Amino acid sequence: MAILVFVETAEGKVKKTSLEAVAYAKAMGDSVTAIALGDADKGDLGALGKIGAQKVLHADDKKLNEGNILAYAEVLIKALEDEKADILVLANSSLGTPVAARVAARIGASLASNVVEAPNTSSGFVVKKSIYTGKAFAYVELKNPKKVIALKKNAAEVKESGSDVTVTPYAVSVPDTAFKVKITSSEKATGEILLPEANIVVSGGRGMKGPEHWGMLEELAKTLHAATGCSKPVSDMGWRPHHEHVGQTGVKVAPQLYIAIGISGAIQHLAGVNSSKCIVVINKDAEAPFFKAADYGIVGDAFEIIPKLSEAIKAAK
Amino acid sequence: MKILVCITHVPDTTSKINFKDNNTKFDPTGVQFIIGPYDDYALARAIEIKESTPGTTVTVLNVGLAETEPTIRKALAIGADDAIRVNADPTDSFFVASQIAEQAKAGGYELILMGRESIDYNSGVVHSIVGEMLGIPSVSPVMKLELSGNTAKLAREIEGGKEYLEVSLPFVAGCQEPIAEWKIPNMRGIMSARTKPLKVVEPKSVNSGVATQKYELPKPKGSVKMISADNVKELVNLLKNEAKVL
Repeated sequence: MAILVFVETAEGKVKKTSLEAVAYAKAMGDSVTAIALGDADKGDLGALGKIGAQKVLHADDKKLNEGNILAYAEVLIKALEDEKADILVLANSSLGTPVAARVAARIGASLASNVVEAPNTSSGFVVKKSIYTGKAFAYVELKNPKKVIALKKNAAEVKESGSDVTVTPYAVSVPDTAFKVKITSSEKATGEILLPEANIVVSGGRGMKGPEHWGMLEELAKTLHAATGCSKPVSDMGWRPHHEHVGQTGVKVAPQLYIAIGISGAIQHLAGVNSSKCIVVINKDAEAPFFKAADYGIVGDAFEIIPKLSEAIKAAK
Repeated sequence: MKILVCITHVPDTTSKINFKDNNTKFDPTGVQFIIGPYDDYALARAIEIKESTPGTTVTVLNVGLAETEPTIRKALAIGADDAIRVNADPTDSFFVASQIAEQAKAGGYELILMGRESIDYNSGVVHSIVGEMLGIPSVSPVMKLELSGNTAKLAREIEGGKEYLEVSLPFVAGCQEPIAEWKIPNMRGIMSARTKPLKVVEPKSVNSGVATQKYELPKPKGSVKMISADNVKELVNLLKNEAKVL
């Protein structure tokens, strides 16, 4: 069973969720080819061999640097053909998910997104996907011979073994019609840990009392190599940018550790964090509903606890 | 201009989710259904465009059984001109996208708006599949949509920021805040919605290649371990040695 994995990069580096996609494919089949499009770090690509890619293709074309969805779909459709692969695996993202949908619709593949664990192939091919914003799961059979699988974070464990592979250049010719959507510019936080990628997330809510207090939260995040998030009211009031809003109608995160500070825990916020492995809640109100969804809790003043926590983490390293 | 707005009929965001019939069906007992929150943004933006662009009509489309009609009437009360209900259970993304594409072809819409994802299945793929089926671009999640003549300027949310795009009509957009402010129907809207046309059509048959076998609820969380505010070190110790997440 030949599998193609689309590997996404951010600032040239392979995204962690894409490493998981390669690991997912490895656990599933015997022939795994990874493909990266546009600007990508050659060292990172070669290292995909350690995670399970037998072959790594790199379509290093400047036209593909911007992540144009229509163009990416064209390249992947061609690569699936060339590699005689029936299955495409990739990570859910603002680029990966629409590309997955386009490819699946074109090649007549069964499609599943937000897949959370390895398929069950004992009878048919059944994937488990997250639904109702993490409040439930569905087991879905993918019946067509061709399949496209988009993964939620933590769908597979990345383990290194074996060695690097040689990166093979992959020549593409993408028709101009694939650039009908023109990307005129973009604003991206650089050097920061991206929220959907982060292993640890530190989030603040209204209990932080104002944007001027975010410095200590960012300090804590830095100590932990964490991304920062916020609750909906905080983003609605403009204290923090919209892309940091964690919750049902914002970013859904699935980190190893989620630290919620001054967030009461409305059901809509919980929906965005309930896939986290471990949840810590810090709130001055002992009755905050978030404590019911937490693994560890501290009742107290956030402004006193945050600096102490930063120090204790530094000391424990 | 003709705008098509596709809406979902989904459980309110505060709903507790339960299943019945041996975990093979959603249990609607005690659940209030709403227009999908993202779809509501799409609808609000469509109505704004209609208000500022003379000669614009807004059609709402829902794939659902008769029980979704109150939700469709609400969309009409908010300001859509007419509605189509494809009389079928919306089983999966490919099925729903196929029905939308079929209606979109027949209606010749220049702009097709919907939410970035439904809040029940969350797949976030219907806009892209519709775009592919119609051979037109699709963009999602769109936070800003400004039309000038035949061209649209869009802002799309990406991980850690935004992307600014330009695209010509026709195209499909999956919408999210802050593309527009939600609109609340007024009395006049509610009264007029009763008599606006709502056409019911039968679905086209589709082989979607997927079948949902069963549902499952997450395992319940164990109880929370409380730590004294004076003992932050203990939290770090537990995270490191018990939870093993540091």
